[in-house]
Amino acid sequence: MLKYTIRRLLLMIPTLFFVALITFVLAKAAPGSPFDKNPDKPPKQEIVDRWNKFYGLDKPVPEQFVMYLSNVAHLDFGTSIRRQRPVSEILGQGFPVTAQLGIQALTLALAVALPLGVISALKQNTMVDYGSLFFATVGTTIPSFVMAIFFIYIFGLGLHLFPITGWGTPQHMVMPTVILALGAAAFLARITRASMLEAIRQDYVRTARSKGLREQVVIVGHVLKNAMIPVATVVGPAAAGLITGSFIIETFFSVPGIGREYVLSITALDYPVIMATTLLYAFFIVVANLSVDLVYGMLDPRIKVAK
Amino acid sequence: MATASATQERAAELNVLARKQRSLWGDALYRLFRNKAAVAGLIVIGSAFLIAILAPVIAPYNPIEIPKNPASQMQPLWTGSKYTDARYLLGTDFLGRDIVSRLIFASRISMVVGFVPTAIVFGLGVTVGMTAGFFGGWLDQLLMRFTDIIYAFPDFLFLLIIVASFRASPFGKLLDGLMLIFVAIAIVGWVGVARLTRGQVLALKEREFVEAARSVGATPGRIMTKHLLPNALAPLIVTAAFAVPNAILGEATLSFLGVGIIPPTPSWGQMINEGFPLFSANPWAVLLPAICISIVMLAFTFVGDGLRDALDPRMKT
Amino acid sequence: MADLLEVTDLHTQFFTRDGVVRAVDGVTFQVAAGETLGIVGESGCGKSVTALSLMRLIPQPPGKIVSGSIMFDGQDILKMDDDDVRGIRGHAIAMIFQDPMTSLNPVLTISRQISEALELHLKMDKSEARKRTIELLELVQIPSAKKRVDDYPHQFSGGMRQRVMIAMALSCNPKLILADEPTTALDVTIQAQILDLLKNLAREFRTAFILITHDLGVVAGMTQRINVMYAGRIVEKADTVELFANPKMPYTWGLLRSIPRLDESRKAKLVPIEGLPPDLIAPPPGCKFEPRCQYRRDVCHEKEPELKHVPNSKSDHEARCWGTQDGGWLVDTDWKREIGDTRLLEAIKQETASVTATETPGE
Repeated sequence: MLKYTIRRLLLMIPTLFFVALITFVLAKAAPGSPFDKNPDKPPKQEIVDRWNKFYGLDKPVPEQFVMYLSNVAHLDFGTSIRRQRPVSEILGQGFPVTAQLGIQALTLALAVALPLGVISALKQNTMVDYGSLFFATVGTTIPSFVMAIFFIYIFGLGLHLFPITGWGTPQHMVMPTVILALGAAAFLARITRASMLEAIRQDYVRTARSKGLREQVVIVGHVLKNAMIPVATVVGPAAAGLITGSFIIETFFSVPGIGREYVLSITALDYPVIMATTLLYAFFIVVANLSVDLVYGMLDPRIKVAK
Repeated sequence: MATASATQERAAELNVLARKQRSLWGDALYRLFRNKAAVAGLIVIGSAFLIAILAPVIAPYNPIEIPKNPASQMQPLWTGSKYTDARYLLGTDFLGRDIVSRLIFASRISMVVGFVPTAIVFGLGVTVGMTAGFFGGWLDQLLMRFTDIIYAFPDFLFLLIIVASFRASPFGKLLDGLMLIFVAIAIVGWVGVARLTRGQVLALKEREFVEAARSVGATPGRIMTKHLLPNALAPLIVTAAFAVPNAILGEATLSFLGVGIIPPTPSWGQMINEGFPLFSANPWAVLLPAICISIVMLAFTFVGDGLRDALDPRMKT
Repeated sequence: MADLLEVTDLHTQFFTRDGVVRAVDGVTFQVAAGETLGIVGESGCGKSVTALSLMRLIPQPPGKIVSGSIMFDGQDILKMDDDDVRGIRGHAIAMIFQDPMTSLNPVLTISRQISEALELHLKMDKSEARKRTIELLELVQIPSAKKRVDDYPHQFSGGMRQRVMIAMALSCNPKLILADEPTTALDVTIQAQILDLLKNLAREFRTAFILITHDLGVVAGMTQRINVMYAGRIVEKADTVELFANPKMPYTWGLLRSIPRLDESRKAKLVPIEGLPPDLIAPPPGCKFEPRCQYRRDVCHEKEPELKHVPNSKSDHEARCWGTQDGGWLVDTDWKREIGDTRLLEAIKQETASVTATETPGE
């Protein structure tokens, strides 16, 4: 188990390397330069040259890449062109915000989705089930910014319940968290329900009933344990999805997290920030994928205890 | 009981289950059409198609031309506010353009963006995936490593990077940015399909009917097209059914962020992007395209779910 | 002495979109204490559903036990309330299922799965239950029981898993055990071991067994009496020895004839029973076996025969066939000539003789 984990962790490195390479190539291949902010009034050539020199953009491209990698190894992610500050500082400020948003959303999503999924499976084809299916469908289908629009219209403009931009006080956090949680909750509820339905159909449930156990004991003691395994494995990727996917919500509600920073840096062709954030996101995703197998290994005795 | 053929007669004689035998696909279609939500979804999609095709005919106004004396930010007629104009049923946007016409023309973008890249993704993905899965070896390894890397990118962010990077280029300006979006979606999407196909092929490769085909001398090409593909088709169809709304969503999100369709061409995401700064003043300019997106997405999801249930061999009528 | 189990006119049906499936269509039989009854038939004949009905384990939609009575130890199971039925399950009546791979919960230890019933029915505490669990595992001959008691099902082989299921069934000293195809999912050599184990346990603990199978070879060596089922009904009832010596129903003849033999000449073809089991939603009007029967006559198509005692047989031998009942055209048929090869049946006769040689418990 430990060997497997270490092997997977080591495999992460080449993966991240390629991620960096691809991002770098794309960013360099993009026409336009980060200094062309105003196309009508291009900066004087010597100023551009000086900037290029400062950011190392005058060196041949492969050399730039190597330089970049060696810097990263020292945890130096360069300086943001757009904001003229070290990238690590920008990320350091933005990440806690995004993380907080993500964790809140995940907690809310789990708290809603798990009971909903379980109850919906137990009471299949009743109002509760249809209701939760409706919720799950709507939540996974309608994009978050569209959801956000509806929410803002109803709760923000209409009822004036919560502020719609900014971050800081609990009231500010409500809308972004809820909307971010919606997608994840819908997804998790669906999986929970499907997993429960699958587990209940299994032969061992019949065996449990044939021993005279009460239905409640059968569900909690036998079914739930099995049904929760697929759900638990999915939590990792769901969390990664929340962190990497929050940029829409952040842009929408002007939340000062790394997602918003990322979007702004892409349109401004701010390479250092683009590279660093992409690597960070990729790192999370790879870790999340790894966590799926690890969680499976921890929870499912068939994998945990090798024959 | 009326008998139609010798088989039926014999079946009747043996009192075998002689209920109507349906083929696998016929059975699936039957189940699909029994699913009310899926049928509703199909109707909506069909209507959207119709609207998109007939756009020049049914739209009351030109969607991109700014009128001479613009009546901007008019509200929809039903709101009863004083800012309405009898000429514009659903109001106008910030430049005075009719929202109804813009919505209608925007449906074209969505329909095209849904299906064209998906077709490319599947054509490419299935071919590569099947070849890799069937022949194995270095091609297979290469594909797996490649997909690992692509998987490490959050789907949408990859899309975003590609589109944002090349927007300014001449290629990015083709078809008002649509070409770039097609290509970006295709690049990001084909890998997943290839992987799925490969997985299917790997599972099916070991089955007896493949061995049987090989033993009578079928060429790899023939095995792949006539044996593997039909059996692998079901999950692929479901994936395709969900890839279409994903593509539509991708374009809408890109446009919303300002890096999608190049204005003044309307797309629903684009309309949201334009109307958003003035949300409080004219919410419907944003709400209406949002509603359109929601309806189309829901329709596709219902159809996709319906297809998945219909094609699931484990579910019996 | 009253029988332990008396099933009278049991009807269990499934309500599906295509119609009502009459899975168990009027079944009556008895099992005495300590006796082993075999229920034999093809897939779909209703034998498993009968067993599940006895424990009221039929899933309520779409199934339903529509009528009949199941008298167990003097009480009608069908009239009991849910709590009492649960009290019987796993306690007075226990069940062994067909596929030990899927019938055991993969994420719970063996110890937990066996102790559950002990704690529930016999009110043992954890340590008592654990001790008893280990005893049970040793009883079913699982090696290193003390070490393996905390293992998970996937760590056991198929045969071992089935032994675990048997231990589970025995745990609360049931009076009746229902074994639904207990060896079908196992290798042939393991089959023999498991059957041996069951036979010994039946004798040692005087437990009544209902052994459900499609395999005639299995029931031959294990049972005292056999019910042959077809299309939801019992079509022949007899002592085991009598059934193999003197079968009185063309379906039974067909079953006996279709058993393949290792020492048959290469050219000999397998002789299956032609056709397929009938549609249980719209069964044939007369005898359910008639469409496949080579001895059929018009009366067979028109009216269904009752299950009655047949001439030229032991007094408690009953069959559901116009041909073999009083005045029928098959009454004097030499079934041995019909089947042809008698060597296999001689072998079976010897097996059944060995069962009766060992004293039948409870008598």
